[in-house]
Formats: sequence, structure tokens, C-alpha cells
Amino acid sequence: MSEHLTVPKTYKLYIGGAFPRSESGRTFEVLDSRGAFLANAAKASRKDARDAVVAARLALSGWSNATAYNRGQVLYRIAELLEGRRAQFVAEIRQSTGVSQSKANQEVDSAIDVWIWYAGWSDKYLQVVGNANAVSGPYFNISTPEPTGVVAIVAPQGDLRDAGSLLGLVSVLAPVLLSGNTAVLIANEQAPLPAISLSEVLATSDVPAGVANVLTGSVSEIVPWLATHADVNALDITGASDLDWVDLQIAAADTLKRVLPPEPGVPTPSIERIRFFTETKTVWHTKSII
Amino acid sequence: MTIEQALAPTSRAVRLLGTDLSEKNLKLHLEGLSGVDAVGLEARAAALSTRSIKTTSKAWALDTIIRLIDLTTLEGADTPGKVQSLVAKAKNPDPSDPTVPRVAAVCVYGDLVAEALGALGAAHGSGGPDGIAVAAVATAFPSGRSSLAVKLADTSDAVAAGADEIDMVIDRGAFLAGNFGRVFDQIVEVKQACRRPDGTFAALKVILETGELNTYDNVKRASWLSILAGADFIKTSTGKVQPAATLPVTLLMLQIVRDWKNLTGERIGVKPAGGIRSSKDAIRYLVTVAETVGEEWLDPHLFRFGASSLLNDVLLQRQKLLTGHYSGADYLTID
Repeated sequence: MSEHLTVPKTYKLYIGGAFPRSESGRTFEVLDSRGAFLANAAKASRKDARDAVVAARLALSGWSNATAYNRGQVLYRIAELLEGRRAQFVAEIRQSTGVSQSKANQEVDSAIDVWIWYAGWSDKYLQVVGNANAVSGPYFNISTPEPTGVVAIVAPQGDLRDAGSLLGLVSVLAPVLLSGNTAVLIANEQAPLPAISLSEVLATSDVPAGVANVLTGSVSEIVPWLATHADVNALDITGASDLDWVDLQIAAADTLKRVLPPEPGVPTPSIERIRFFTETKTVWHTKSII
Repeated sequence: MTIEQALAPTSRAVRLLGTDLSEKNLKLHLEGLSGVDAVGLEARAAALSTRSIKTTSKAWALDTIIRLIDLTTLEGADTPGKVQSLVAKAKNPDPSDPTVPRVAAVCVYGDLVAEALGALGAAHGSGGPDGIAVAAVATAFPSGRSSLAVKLADTSDAVAAGADEIDMVIDRGAFLAGNFGRVFDQIVEVKQACRRPDGTFAALKVILETGELNTYDNVKRASWLSILAGADFIKTSTGKVQPAATLPVTLLMLQIVRDWKNLTGERIGVKPAGGIRSSKDAIRYLVTVAETVGEEWLDPHLFRFGASSLLNDVLLQRQKLLTGHYSGADYLTID
């Protein structure tokens, strides 16, 4: 037999539980830390972003109406799958960043930890973020957080050593999903492979199709369409600090979106992040008179 | 719409087949029609679906689609309130944009015709620029399984209530059993029942329910039979059976209508109904109409879409074209 040929992969997008090519047919080359060719990835167009929003909108009622306990279980299951694919993620992180085996292992560990941390909050954040309000009458007055809807996310961008590849992704995706939102995530433009592998994990997990959608390609090309899209309810531009993100905020204001402004590096896990993608519903209920 | 000078219903058949309108003669004629090249038909339909319609052409196409829609609600749970909101949407499809044209007609069950007419008020017309028409389904819609007397009563009730158009279903059981004469006679009788006291006729759309006819040859025979019996429109489906309207079937019906025009000079309308939900699909139908029978047919008196959710998708696309950004269902009325 002749010597083994390398088989460079051409990765695709993740929309509505399927892996379509970009509607535009475009691809771009993903390079490793030394600038050598690693793989081809799909370069999403605005129409792919539109399709992803449609898929996310369709998935919203099922996901947000699932019980918080069930969502927690589904998210926990993803952590199990991440653990099972550990070797693949470690290899990808090493290829993309050139870090040592132990460093890459460490990052996968923290990514899984963050995912589980958020999964656990799924049926608990309501008790912490919601509250009973004091009112001067014979009423119960209760405020509870409800998912805001379809959230567009720009994952942390740039060099993976700062952006934390898998860790960066997990840190922005998990807090959006756990409360019942659905997401359209734009992967790190320079190093999209961990995001694509994560979408392969999502596709084989119990997450319903369309709950999380992953686009790869040019952030500056796609995100303005999501910022102005009337069917997107919130915008997380954590990774957009290099873009003209004030314009994105202004565009998003036209349709009254919540916008989480950029922050450098990997966001630290917090309940604030969960709360940001919820809306507070307040109900009044008469107290029974005994 | 109102047909001012309707032909006596069977005159088309008499002209084509002679005065001997026997079952045998009709059967010989229909079974003597040339067969349909199914592969060629589907390839032609697929080729017509590949056109890219952009910018100003797309804007024109979207407005044309709205003008051609029979906005439909045909559910057991239809209430007067539902019909009123349907009519409100027909009159003013996008409340945020008064430049959106009105739809051609609203299509309801016969017992809700009066409700629809009341809600339309001054907006009532013949389906063109003069106003919105009211279409009613009749003849034991959607199955068509009842006696002729019941079908006729169903039809005359709707006409008496003021329906401008009657959407009847053919007896598919009789058709598939080869009993063409029975189907023919029923259409002729229903056409008579469309006659108003002043001598004018409510327009008659004949639903073939192509999803139950199994072959393109049957669709061709049923279309031809309906036209001979006096149909003003031939309509693909009730929307209650899958598959409903498909592009190849509609293309075939348009070809028949074109042949009929070449033969007699008469214009017959075509109405695909059911399953057309996206603007993209609807634009393919427009292309097919223009390429098969000519742009003249892109007129509410000759072509209609039977649809309900299609309108909202067209409005979404229209908003996208006007504002430059994608819109969402929160910015449309619920139907």
C-alpha cells in the first residue's frame, strides 16, 4: 500500500440541527498557530444567519417551555459528551495554539467545569434572581425571570491563548441556553474548529435541533445583519471589541434588543450573565382570606 | 367576480364534442387526450424554479402575489371573530404600511359568507382593484361525499348569501371509478346553482384535488372535463390532502388552459391552493404562469393563490426590501 494521504476536512455550518454548507458556497482556510493549513471551514453569509435565526425561533417555544430541571439535565449531558471527546478538543487546541498537552488539558477541564456550573444553575437561578416583592395590600407580588428569546452571540475572538477557544465558547453559550433562550453563535473567526467540534457534540446530544446554531466566517460581515434583525431579541457582542460595536448597539436599539457589550478575554462565569438574557415577569395574585 | 354573459354551461362541450353528450362520447374524448410526459413536465417545472428574481422585480412580484391571494380560513373552528380578523387582514395586510395592496378575495365556508360580506362593507368588490371578493367553498367540501341535492343546496345557499365565487370539489370517487359523466353532470348542475336571480353567475372554481388523482394523465382529464362542464377556474386542491399544490401540477393545468385558449379564445383561471407558504415558492409560480400562458394571466381574474400563511411571509420579505434589514413575526399580525 502507498503511504497514508492526509484528508483535510471541509467543515460546515450548524443550523437547525443539520450541517449545511454556506448558502453562498464560500469557504475559507483555517490555519494553525504557525500559519500552516489546517482545514477548510464554511464562510457564512447573511442568508445563513437569517436561516439560523429562523431555526432558533422555531426551537424557542419547545426549549423555553421545557422544565428547568429538564434543561439542566440536557446541558449536563453535553458535559458528559465533552468529556468523551476530550482527546479531540485537546488535539484541536494544541494544533490551533501550539500550547503544551497539559495546558490544553487544563483548558478542556475548565471548559467542562464552566459548562457544568451553568447547567447546575438551570433550576436554581430562578430562586436567586426572582423574588417576592413587598406590597401594601393583600396580594402576593412575585417577579420571576423569563428567557428573552433568540440571542445572537459573538464568541470571544482573536488569538486562542487570550480567547480561550473552547472555554470562551462555553462561557458565552451556556449562560444563554440554560434559562430557555435559543442561540445563534458566531465562532472565533481565526480559530473556528473548537466551535465546529462543539456543534458536533451538540448535534449528538439531547439538545433539540435549532436551540444552538453555529456560524463560522467573517464576524464583521454577519453581525450587522443580526444586530438589525427584528426577530433577534438580544445581542451578546462579547467578542466584538475590534469591531465598531457602538454602531451595532445603535442598530440593535431600533428593535429594542438587549446588548451585552464587549469584554476582553474570557468572561468569568456569573449569575449576572444568566440574568442579562432574561426578562422579568411580575405577577400580582390576591391572598386568600382565611 | 361576476360573469356577466355566461355561456349556457354545456355549450363548451357541445361545441367541442357535438350534440351527442353521452357518457361514452365524453369518455372517448377524455381518454383520447394525449398522455402527459411526466419526466419532461417535472424537468420543465424544476427549470422554471431556478430563476433568480431580485430587487425591483422582486418588489413587483411580492405586490403581485398579494393581489392574487385568496386569503383563506377553512377550519371547523372558524368563528365570526376569526372571519372578521381575516377580512381586516385582507383589507389592510400590513397595518404599518398602507401602500401594501389588498388581496383578491377571502375564502370561507358557506355559512360565514354573510359575516365576511358584513366585515368587508364598502371594500367588497370583484377581486380586482375595485375591491375584495368573497369566495365560499361548497358541495360538501372537502370530501365531496354527499348527494347531488345536498351539494346543490350547499351551493345555492352560499350564492344566496352573496358569495361572488364558489369553490366546488369534484367527486373524486366517481372520477377514479371512470364515471366521468357523473362528475361532468354534477359540475354542470352546480354551475346552474351558481346562477343568481338577476341571471348573472357566481364564478365557479372547480377543485380537482390533484393529490388524490394519482397521475398527471388524470389531472389532465379532470381539468379538461371541468372546463368542458363550465368551470371558470380550475383549482388544484382543497388544502386538506397532501400533496396539495405542486409546481408540476400547476404547470400542467396552465398548459391546458393555454391549449383551451388557443382552441376557443376563452380564458380559464387557475388556482393553486395549499402548501404554498413562502414567497420564494410563490414567485416560482408567477414565473411559471408568465412563461406558460403569458403575463396577461397574472391578474386576479385569471390566477389566484389559495393560501393563508403565505401572506405573512410575503409581508416579511416586503419589509426586508423596504427597510434593508430582516423582519420578524412580532411585526406582523397573527393569523
